[in-house]
Amino acid sequence: MEHGNHLTEKEERKAYLILADGTVYQGKGFGAAGTTMGEVVFTTGMTGYQETLTDPSYYGQIVTQTFPLIGNYGVNEFDSESKKSWVKGYIVREWCEEPSNFRCGKTIDQYLKEQNVIGIYDIDTRALTKKTREHGVMNGAITTELPGDMDAFLQELKAYTIRDAVKSVSCTDQRFHQADQQQLHVALYDYGSKENILRSLLERGCSVTVVPYNTSVEEILKINPDGIMLSNGPGDPSENTEPIAILKELMNAEIPIFGICLGHQLLALANGADTQKLKYGHRGANQPVVDTVRGRVFITSQNHGYAVVGETLNQEIGFVSHHNANDGSCEGITYHNGRAFTVQFHPEACAGPLDTKYLFDTFIGLMKQQ
Amino acid sequence: MPLRNDIKKVLVIGSGPIIIGQAAEFDYAGTQVCRTLKADGLEVVLVNSNPATIMTDKTMADKVYIEPLTLPVLKKIIKIEKPDSILPTMGGQTALTLSMQLAKEGFLKEQNVKLLGATPETIDKAEDRQLFKDMLESIGEPVIPSKVVTDIDDALAFAEEIGYPVIVRPAYTLGGTGGGIASSKKQLLRIGENGLRLSPINQILVERCVSGWKEIEFEIIRDSRNNTITVCSMENVDPVGVHTGDSIVVAPAVTLSDKEYQMLRTASINIIQALGVEGGCNCQFALNPDNFEYAVIEVNPRVSRSSALASKATGYPIAKVASKIAIGYTLDEIINTVTGKTYACFEPALDYIVVKFPKWPFDKFVYAKRTLGTQMKATGEVMAIGTTFEQAMMKAVRCIELNLDSLNLKKLKEKDPDTIEELLHHCDDERIFVVYEALKRGISIDTIFEITKIDRWFINKLNNLIKMEHTLSQGELTQDKYKRAKKLGFLDKTITTLSGQQPPQKLYASYKMVDTCAAEFAAETPYFYSTYDEENEAREFIEQHSTGKKKVIVFGSGPIRIGQGIEFDYCSVHCVTALKEAGYEAIIVNNNPETVSTDFDISDRLYFEPLTPEDVDSILETEQPWGVVVQFGGQTAIKLTKHLKNKGIKILGTSADSIDAAEDRERFDKLLEHCNIPRPNGRMAYTTEAAVKEAQKLGYPVLLRPSYVLGGQNMIIAHGKNDVIEYMDIITATELENPVLIDKYLMGTEVEVDAVCDGDDFLIPGIMEHIERAGVHSGDSISIYPPQTLTQEIRDTIVEYTGRLAKELNVSGLVNIQYVIYQGQVYVIEVNPRSSRTVPYISKVTNVPIVDLATKVALGAKLKDLGYGSGVCPEGDYVAVKVPVFSFPKLHDADNHLGPEMKSTGEVLGIDHDLETALYKGLIAAGYEMHKVGDSVLITVKDSDKPEVVPLAQKFVDFGYKIWATKGTAEYLREHGVPSEIVNKHDGPSPNTSDLFDTGEVDFVVSTSTIGRKPAVHSVQMRRKAIERNIACLTSIDTANALANSLLMRKTLEDFNMVDIVKI
Repeated sequence: MEHGNHLTEKEERKAYLILADGTVYQGKGFGAAGTTMGEVVFTTGMTGYQETLTDPSYYGQIVTQTFPLIGNYGVNEFDSESKKSWVKGYIVREWCEEPSNFRCGKTIDQYLKEQNVIGIYDIDTRALTKKTREHGVMNGAITTELPGDMDAFLQELKAYTIRDAVKSVSCTDQRFHQADQQQLHVALYDYGSKENILRSLLERGCSVTVVPYNTSVEEILKINPDGIMLSNGPGDPSENTEPIAILKELMNAEIPIFGICLGHQLLALANGADTQKLKYGHRGANQPVVDTVRGRVFITSQNHGYAVVGETLNQEIGFVSHHNANDGSCEGITYHNGRAFTVQFHPEACAGPLDTKYLFDTFIGLMKQQ
Repeated sequence: MPLRNDIKKVLVIGSGPIIIGQAAEFDYAGTQVCRTLKADGLEVVLVNSNPATIMTDKTMADKVYIEPLTLPVLKKIIKIEKPDSILPTMGGQTALTLSMQLAKEGFLKEQNVKLLGATPETIDKAEDRQLFKDMLESIGEPVIPSKVVTDIDDALAFAEEIGYPVIVRPAYTLGGTGGGIASSKKQLLRIGENGLRLSPINQILVERCVSGWKEIEFEIIRDSRNNTITVCSMENVDPVGVHTGDSIVVAPAVTLSDKEYQMLRTASINIIQALGVEGGCNCQFALNPDNFEYAVIEVNPRVSRSSALASKATGYPIAKVASKIAIGYTLDEIINTVTGKTYACFEPALDYIVVKFPKWPFDKFVYAKRTLGTQMKATGEVMAIGTTFEQAMMKAVRCIELNLDSLNLKKLKEKDPDTIEELLHHCDDERIFVVYEALKRGISIDTIFEITKIDRWFINKLNNLIKMEHTLSQGELTQDKYKRAKKLGFLDKTITTLSGQQPPQKLYASYKMVDTCAAEFAAETPYFYSTYDEENEAREFIEQHSTGKKKVIVFGSGPIRIGQGIEFDYCSVHCVTALKEAGYEAIIVNNNPETVSTDFDISDRLYFEPLTPEDVDSILETEQPWGVVVQFGGQTAIKLTKHLKNKGIKILGTSADSIDAAEDRERFDKLLEHCNIPRPNGRMAYTTEAAVKEAQKLGYPVLLRPSYVLGGQNMIIAHGKNDVIEYMDIITATELENPVLIDKYLMGTEVEVDAVCDGDDFLIPGIMEHIERAGVHSGDSISIYPPQTLTQEIRDTIVEYTGRLAKELNVSGLVNIQYVIYQGQVYVIEVNPRSSRTVPYISKVTNVPIVDLATKVALGAKLKDLGYGSGVCPEGDYVAVKVPVFSFPKLHDADNHLGPEMKSTGEVLGIDHDLETALYKGLIAAGYEMHKVGDSVLITVKDSDKPEVVPLAQKFVDFGYKIWATKGTAEYLREHGVPSEIVNKHDGPSPNTSDLFDTGEVDFVVSTSTIGRKPAVHSVQMRRKAIERNIACLTSIDTANALANSLLMRKTLEDFNMVDIVKI
């Protein structure tokens, strides 16, 4: 038969998702081939998979997309949140072979192959999500070959932990970014910063010096910034003893501080509060957050597995300014010194709603006041 | 903020009769609203003219007025009831417009009544073109640039400014005559000059052409604290140019990257905040597929068809939340009933994809223009949920009841590839099937995209289905291949046909829950859709929520279409309620997103699925019900009977065999003979030749129809051989499984009866008499309860026959019987052992809960124990008149001549102490102007009607009208002493009928003709013209007489009392 359109279905190779509790899901492989281990988490965002794949906060994690159709608009050269993909693996129900969008550069399969990310599809992602929800986050592995010795494999899987996350994703050298019409200068601590934090500052007339996570107070002061931005980042916040020590010191400098996500957690730790691991975290673009000062709820983008325990914050130092409307967890702190405020969610969005980007303006206001 | 303390009594305005563009979605919204307000302890007063709705049930509100939705009526009710507030945003455009008028006239202020949800300023900003544009510009949101010009140079200059292509819309020409799309200066010169010439005021609108852009919608909710969320995004498969109600729509949007998505989401939020809506709002955008450019198309500051769809697509009850907001609550105070744990202030996350598919009436209006554009033509819609687009799409085409199991349309198979490519240019109801066929013929995806502008994403997905068809047709049907096909939505039957093999091991569907949160939180919603995964959440749910009660499945009625409307949803909902009350677990299966029955808190479990045998099998497999109910879901559910019986499923109520006995002509004839009940003579035929022969034997006129139909689908009265031939040609174009029935046509009084029967006893709540004589479909007739002209003897005969038939057929539950009274004798025309469209209204006016009783009887109860007696109920103090409502202005080329084929889309009720007043109210509610606007009436009737038209014309003359008539009619009238002026046919020399219509002097047209339907026929064209000029067109002498009698009462609504039906 003469035919202009492809009639053959896509090639398939078997792949397996193995969870630390021994559950094995059979699916099909895409992206890179091989074996990978990580912490299995899920995100409920329905768009923004490219931002997810390139968000350094996912370091060490295997990401499950709850939305079943992934890769619909392909991968483009504009929307990455960092230079590479940091996920340890990628789980979807279906990926799109024929993406469609004017900016589409390649398919998600091509991108994952380039990034050497092992993916698995044709998985009942809803069943997996429910399991994660009930059990809490669990380690898992994606492999194209079932292990010969499953017990040994599971031992290894259970032992897997994310270590030195921030160190692994942070930049190693300072880098200056000039704003078109510079009004202010911000030092951005890169704990695994998403590009859009930088973009959000630049488009508001802030030149930015991105600095490594362990940059000392001395060095920061040398830059003479108008404000300090603490970025998002991966892993267990309490592990980061060096940055926490630095932040303790910085609290005393007369410089405004704005923290996002991990930055929020680290500043809280520096001020004596505790953090805890959430059962399965908040990952998605639909998290409602109550701003107690404004008396309003905002829909936010989130990606975190740990949270500040609001009750442990010394009330003389600061107060919980935001909380999650669903589970009440701490989503933001304003410090009484009038210079520092932090949020757990992502006002820089990408992916997700832009409803809280005004926080960048608040930060700029603070800097101008100083 | 909690409930406002200045709100105690709220007036809720419904949307009136079902018409194209305003359907059951407002019953769904209104019902949610009434329940919500009552739950908050508020007193609710409801006004809606539509008796077929759940919202007008006596238990839904404290006061229920089934009265015309007009200003005088609302004013009167406000004065009687003295509500402190009105909720204007729940009853579609009708309620919004009326509320605005009340506010603008200062009436609300005078009466101290508040508008909730939206202020007049808000509504104006969204509805008034200029204010809307100004508002958008003030917040920097782009509108489609346009300019009104009166000369061609201005047009050209503006086009230069905004860029080609542009759309030219001449002012005040009908249906956009003279407009068009200009892609160049040369074209604009031609189209523009033509348009200026055709416009009576020499004015055209030049507008940037965005047809072919993506059409994206957002449903948004905002509260008084400015908390704003988007419930759902939707993407139209058909790009800008096709009305969203006529588009195939997916949710969520799939071809947008996060950047485009957030851009439009933010725009929606900016708009609703600028408007200041407190409640639900819908924003429609056109998005350039090649860059980030977009424009706002439309904003609706109220709940809408899209919000109903978004509610069902996400599980987020928009109307409920919007009404809570209207009475003072904020989003963070309203519990999300789906999870029971989280609040309404969040955005639903979907882990499936939804496809909405419109249901068009073109199977009824075979000659209507099928082209889709800015005027919506669909009467209803279906929704399908899947984990793949392909699966959802395949389910959707099964839901629309075109007898399709895939996207293959038989009639396209024989067309050559050139024709198929040609057809791609036609944007009509079948285009998606043409795209599918084009792919099969090897027409490239790019070519299809270039022609249709349907995003390649969708075309590629359709191509995946074709790939699977190809795979299935090759080689062995392995279990793996079979499973992949199931995941793409193929039925076993299709797989077997394509592969020539049986599946190695049959798979039943498993079910996933719709939970608003993509499984992030545990949910309690009993709302399911099928997939082909291992985990079956419905089964888990059943195990976890085991009640020990017997389970009964109620099959719903699918999409709203002419002949099967909202009435059947009303019946399904009542059946569910009755089952629950009787201690059963009630499960509903349906696929219509507009309805109350698919609200997830109506039943114990809801399956949003197609109603085909295989789809139903999987549900049976999971549920293992004790019994099923088919008698309330119209023909959609009845069609499943045979299949269910063969599977050994317990059908509650009337047995499959009895249903067959009523539908099978030969069995039915024998039964009537046995009961000694006469029916009009009738025969059967499979071929044109046989039909002509049989018709001749019976003697014309005869009634032709296929067996097994609802709503008189494809039914005609043939007055001669040519009619029979024309009809048989259409009917035999598709394969005839069942014969065509040919009956002697008796032009007598038509009478209808709904009865509940238990095998021994029967109960008739009331006998209904039609104003129009037999020949006009019962659904299109004005129906009166109680009957006005029947002698006691005839009534007794009807009751007697009903009892005999019910017993003989062994009906258990509901039966609807239609009789014709001809020359003093009662004949049976039709027996339907199921619910009917008169059930809702007759339940309300007689106070007999018909569905409730029928359900109990079907479960084994006896009428004598149910407290409503037996035989025929005594008549009440009120006369109720059901008047049909049509959507003809929206359907080009459809003939509006009433006949045996049903054409109305909805109905209204007039209710009062006497017939005249009730009829008057009914006619007003149906939209007839009951006072003189112009000064004349046009009459043109067929010869056989001429004697009767004389007294009719005299009535119009008595009322003060001048009579215009076509030559034959005029002469006849003059001969019989009625003055009339001759007018030529519409294409004859002046004065012709078109001239009359254009001047606006004609208020009514009375037109009957022997031949009809074809758009080329003179009388059809004349009637179409009248409809387009919004002139009431009466095609039955009986309707015209009723109307003339009402006119002669010379009353206005001010003269009448308002009836609270809760009290009757």
